[in-house]
Amino acid sequence: MKDILKDLDKAFENRTRLGIMAALAVNDYLDFTSLKNVLGVTDGNLASHLKSLEKSEYVTYVKEFVDRKPNTNYSATIKGKKAFKKHIEAIEQLLN
Amino acid sequence: MKENYIKDLKEIKDIMNRSSRFISLSGLSGVVTGVIALIGAYLAYSSIFSNQDYLLYEPVAISKEDFNLLLLISSGTLIASVIGAIFFTRRNASKKQESIWDTQTKRLLINLLIPLVTGGLVCLQLLFKGFIGLVLPLTLVFYGLALVNASKYSLPEIRNLGIIEIFIGIICLQFIEYGLWFWVLGFGVVQIVYGLMVHKKYEK
Repeated sequence: MKDILKDLDKAFENRTRLGIMAALAVNDYLDFTSLKNVLGVTDGNLASHLKSLEKSEYVTYVKEFVDRKPNTNYSATIKGKKAFKKHIEAIEQLLN
Repeated sequence: MKENYIKDLKEIKDIMNRSSRFISLSGLSGVVTGVIALIGAYLAYSSIFSNQDYLLYEPVAISKEDFNLLLLISSGTLIASVIGAIFFTRRNASKKQESIWDTQTKRLLINLLIPLVTGGLVCLQLLFKGFIGLVLPLTLVFYGLALVNASKYSLPEIRNLGIIEIFIGIICLQFIEYGLWFWVLGFGVVQIVYGLMVHKKYEK
């Protein structure tokens, strides 16, 4: 039991952060608005959680211009995908 | 604590589905396009195919009036189907409070349109060269390929529908003289049955 709990990632204790990783796990990239719509959270909320995931190097972004408007595409890093997978597996083990 | 984790997993699955697939596709749009296809096939049969031998492997000389009428019926059928599909899908999307024009829709459309437009251009050229018999089975094959290609970005049922359409198209190539009947089966009957299935599964 102790070992499994150790595999649970502190970064994913929050629902929104877990949601961000879930969305980025199945999409190559998503822009800010799409993420916001999928998760149903406010701008500020999403931005702060994205920032914290960036800090743990789980999420990265590319800024570009679409029709002269700035657009930020977020994607999960390899490290982030690995951590997410480990976290899910830990949850599944806890439930078994 | 356990309930919390179960809830987490459920939400993760839901987010993965919603973020990568366009799920507002309405089964009713399948039904309505199927019905329109039946009407189009009936018009084509009664006005052009009933007293001609256009359904052959060889190129045939088709009169200018018949050719224009055939183009008119097929483009009319296409436009009516697209409008019908958009109407019901929009209705379904607003019922589920999902936006209809987002990343998922664009991805779905691009992947649907690549094989579909390719097939459309191939068939148009065959039509101009008089290979009318080949056009009917090939529209089925390309439509099926388009559905299989797009299914990754929409409801998983679309994939099986695509495989069935490809299958009917290939059989139809063997029996070109019955081309219109296979076309009615693929675009009409199968489409309606699948539309009803999807409608029952997701919209009730």
